[in-house]
Amino acid sequence: MSSIITISALAKTYASGFRALKGINLDIRRGEIFALLGPNGAGKTTLINIICGLVNPSSGSVTVDGHDILRDYRAARALIGLVPQELATDMFETVWATVSFSRGINGRKANPAYIEKVLRQLSLWDKKDAKIMTLSGGMKRRVLIAKALAHEPRILFLDEPTAGVDVELRRGMWQVVREMREAGVTVILTTHYIEEAEEMADRIGVINGGEIIVVEEKAELMRKLGKKELMIRLGAPISEIPAVLANHPLSLADEGRALLYTYDARAERTGITTLLNTLRDAGLMVTDLETRQSSLEDIFVDLVRQST
Amino acid sequence: MNLTAVNAIYRFEMARWGRTLLQSIVAPVLSTSLYFIVFGAAIGSRVPEIDGVSYGAFIVPGLMMMLLLTESASNASFGIYLPRFTGTIYEILSAPISPFEIVLGYVGAAATKSIILGFIILVTASLFVPVRIAHPVWMLAFLVLTALSFSLLGFIIGVWADGFEKLQVIPMLIIMPLSFLGGTFYSINMLPPFWQNLALVNPMVYLISGFRWSFFEISDVSVGISLTMTLVFLLLCLTIVWWIFRTGYRLKP
Repeated sequence: MSSIITISALAKTYASGFRALKGINLDIRRGEIFALLGPNGAGKTTLINIICGLVNPSSGSVTVDGHDILRDYRAARALIGLVPQELATDMFETVWATVSFSRGINGRKANPAYIEKVLRQLSLWDKKDAKIMTLSGGMKRRVLIAKALAHEPRILFLDEPTAGVDVELRRGMWQVVREMREAGVTVILTTHYIEEAEEMADRIGVINGGEIIVVEEKAELMRKLGKKELMIRLGAPISEIPAVLANHPLSLADEGRALLYTYDARAERTGITTLLNTLRDAGLMVTDLETRQSSLEDIFVDLVRQST
Repeated sequence: MNLTAVNAIYRFEMARWGRTLLQSIVAPVLSTSLYFIVFGAAIGSRVPEIDGVSYGAFIVPGLMMMLLLTESASNASFGIYLPRFTGTIYEILSAPISPFEIVLGYVGAAATKSIILGFIILVTASLFVPVRIAHPVWMLAFLVLTALSFSLLGFIIGVWADGFEKLQVIPMLIIMPLSFLGGTFYSINMLPPFWQNLALVNPMVYLISGFRWSFFEISDVSVGISLTMTLVFLLLCLTIVWWIFRTGYRLKP
């Protein structure tokens, strides 16, 4: 599959001396939904802002559909729509005026029919004449999406699109993003929510400390994320794992008062039934069971540990 | 040249102006008209003619210029500061437009506004005092050049300012006093020799003098010098704006 964005050895050091990006190499494929995950301060926004022209790179290069973002910035930027993380809006403008402005500033001739389509798609049509300051936070977020789509971009950047957005609205936005993808638009989003990446992304990249740690197909990463832990509370503490349980992936926890079992929740056989049967045969009394899914944070921590 | 984008910025800025007519047109026109009534019509009738021009008419070019300078600077500074303040500047910086086109949109709109205001003042003034314009073309040239220069200055202030207070500091504490002292209400020839020489350091003297010449053919300094100084100031502002976009000063880290 061909790349629509090619990032080569991209580095950014701010005037303060902070190295936000340390030589990023990344290809974004045409038409995919790419989720960029990473903890706060990892460099997600810096990366997006460089591609969109909001931050000057220190070194390295980025091409957008073959256009260098510095030498050929007009062609590169015309292809891109950006939804920023902050809810930055022209408070005193109407929805219609601000979205039309976005189309104009990107050099596209006025097209009221298209703007209407975008506003309807984002359920903003009945608010088109409302001043932005009167809208709720979720609506403002959608106004920003409408602005980013106003010039019919081929690439859409969504920087934390669903931060502070309720569940229903979040699902609505996912739907819009899917429709974008179906229309052939490449979508790059940053997020903290693993659910979001899982729901939407084709591929996932993890960034930390200004470096790309991993770029993988979602299915592959999800397999890693699919690990679950089963905590088995025992009636009486034990000092070591009985020999009959040796072939199960178990470890002692809570000073011998519990056993920790790690398994793949997506596997056909989790081994839980066998384990519980063996426990009963070994004469161990089970008082409680709890399961825990490894979170995105756990994966981050693991990946970060591996990378340093 | 992305004219559609320039037009979008220009119209957006003009629309913002249109929404606040009371503050943006009525207020400056009213306050300037008060000067005509008080200094021109009331007190002016007791002031002798200056170089054959009645005092009421004498102050018209000065007042137009003072309004032009302060309004250009504050309009343009607010125009670019507002998106910086709200964060919507991201959209302008990430659009496929060149720095020149951005400046053309913002500064063009600010200059248009102050030129319109200047004409409103001219029309209002002619209701109170007899105004004649000896060199309409030069009058227009000075008007446009000054509006552009001070809108550029305003753009620079709007990029430099990091709070609403700083936005007001230069128009209120520098431009306004310098215009007052630069011959809005008097010919600097009326000053004692020491103050006359000191006044020549004030750039407003050259702007006001040249503008007044285009009305009444009287001036404190020669028209050539006035025009040169105006162009020098325009070039200076253009250079600073060029530097701002070159370095990304306060716009792009």
